[in-house]
Amino acid sequence: MSRRGVLPCLPEIALAAALVIASCERERRDFQASTAEAVVARAAPLDTLHAGEDSLPEFLPASMPLSHLGTTYAGRAYDLSEGKRLFSAWNCSGCHGNGGGNMGPPLMDRTWIYGSSPDSVYRSIVRGRPNGMPSFSGRIPQYQVWQLVAYVRSLSGHASFTASPGRSEDMETQVRPENSRRGRAPVDRNHRPEGSR
Amino acid sequence: MSARARRTVAAGISALALAGCVGRSSVLDPAGRYALSLERQWWINLGVTAAVFAIVMAVAARGVWKSRTRGGPRDEVIRPVERHERRGERIVLAALALSALLLAGLGYTDLVARRALKPVTGEPLVVKVTGHQWWWEFEYQDPLPSNAVNSPGALHLPVGRDVRLELVSHDVIHSFWVPNLTGKRDLIPGHPASLMIHATRPGTFVGECAEFCGHQHATMRFVVVCESPARFAAWRTAQSQVPPPPATAETNHGRDVFLASSCMMCHTIRGTGAASRVGPDLTHVGSRPALAGATLPNTQGHLMAWIADPQATRPGVKMPPNALDRDDLVALTAYLTSLR
Repeated sequence: MSRRGVLPCLPEIALAAALVIASCERERRDFQASTAEAVVARAAPLDTLHAGEDSLPEFLPASMPLSHLGTTYAGRAYDLSEGKRLFSAWNCSGCHGNGGGNMGPPLMDRTWIYGSSPDSVYRSIVRGRPNGMPSFSGRIPQYQVWQLVAYVRSLSGHASFTASPGRSEDMETQVRPENSRRGRAPVDRNHRPEGSR
Repeated sequence: MSARARRTVAAGISALALAGCVGRSSVLDPAGRYALSLERQWWINLGVTAAVFAIVMAVAARGVWKSRTRGGPRDEVIRPVERHERRGERIVLAALALSALLLAGLGYTDLVARRALKPVTGEPLVVKVTGHQWWWEFEYQDPLPSNAVNSPGALHLPVGRDVRLELVSHDVIHSFWVPNLTGKRDLIPGHPASLMIHATRPGTFVGECAEFCGHQHATMRFVVVCESPARFAAWRTAQSQVPPPPATAETNHGRDVFLASSCMMCHTIRGTGAASRVGPDLTHVGSRPALAGATLPNTQGHLMAWIADPQATRPGVKMPPNALDRDDLVALTAYLTSLR
């Protein structure tokens, strides 16, 4: 093949570039939540989960309202950033710090007292837990609870790297932002109150 | 020419050339001292530059006209004519001197306009302005904390008194702009700023955000009400008071709906237990001139539509839709509109 230079190949290059660019998927933001998503989350049905147990294996995701959002939102930057906004707006940091824990347990470590699955975290928020976690039943729309669930799990790296929030402008830079914490396997340490068993 | 006559002339010219620039939200309809001096400077600048433009265009046109030639292009070499060159030099020097003089004059009038932007009338009223995405919060503080007033979306000013606005941003950069009253000033997070305002006549004006701040920047407006000092004092006293408890069964139920659902997570109504500062203070929401970033009229119907789905009118705004029963929604809005 003789050397002809780039210019005669320009249409082919342009076509290739157009195909590559068109394949980039841009995250869609749905601002209008459906009625099912906008209904406030009410206390989920009672379960027999004890402190120290992981989510019940026989639990069926279909019975939790909109539980698919727990995994969907983990890959969407807008919903994770909304979860971060709600986390500070509703003063979750009052007890949990910015994930490091304070009066409440830390959220960025591997220890999950009541389970790490999205459904367990949903129940922790909506039903509350012993020793101080309040119940937010009837106070928060469904889709916002799932946004919080996705954000809380991202604090320990259980959300997509590209979607997790970046560095907080008002935090010291020694703390790794959510999008650079590796998702380590959760460990549910046995948490028994004193004097029992 | 009196101020009134000047305004009439401005209205006439503007109606022809700049349709819609006179009236509410118009820089050419000043209602404040600072806006007045800025407007004067604007007309001076426009007049001088328009005159210079006309002269330059006339000279250029004359040049084009004079250099017409009959027939084709000439072949002979064009040599400079001594007489014409000397005259040309004199004209250019004169124009240069005139330009320098005009620019110096404009600079002087600018200086005078700036000096007029200093406060004059004694102790200014201080209002703290906080810019949020995408609403404005106006706080009138008081040495006695129970007299403090929080008025989101509506800025009330007494006529004839200097007001100092302390500008603070809650999240991103916004910009405070009331065209009728004064120029723009940015609200930069972490850098508090201040802006002087002095209203000279009563009226209702509209202000807006002048720095792109997100999805609903374009609808981030607020209402400015300039009123006599007596009426302003009465308004301020009324706003500082806790509203009376709901009187009817419907408004009672409305208050219960407010406290039992997600509303209290973000909004304050003094006199109830709701004290969250995430969203605007609703203690006197019934007395606001407009709702939702001054985009919706303050009626019960509009309030119902807003609460049911804010994302329909202002997509991207932080308030979520609320799936309430119809009766609950009617009672809730009846309660809110009763909070005057």
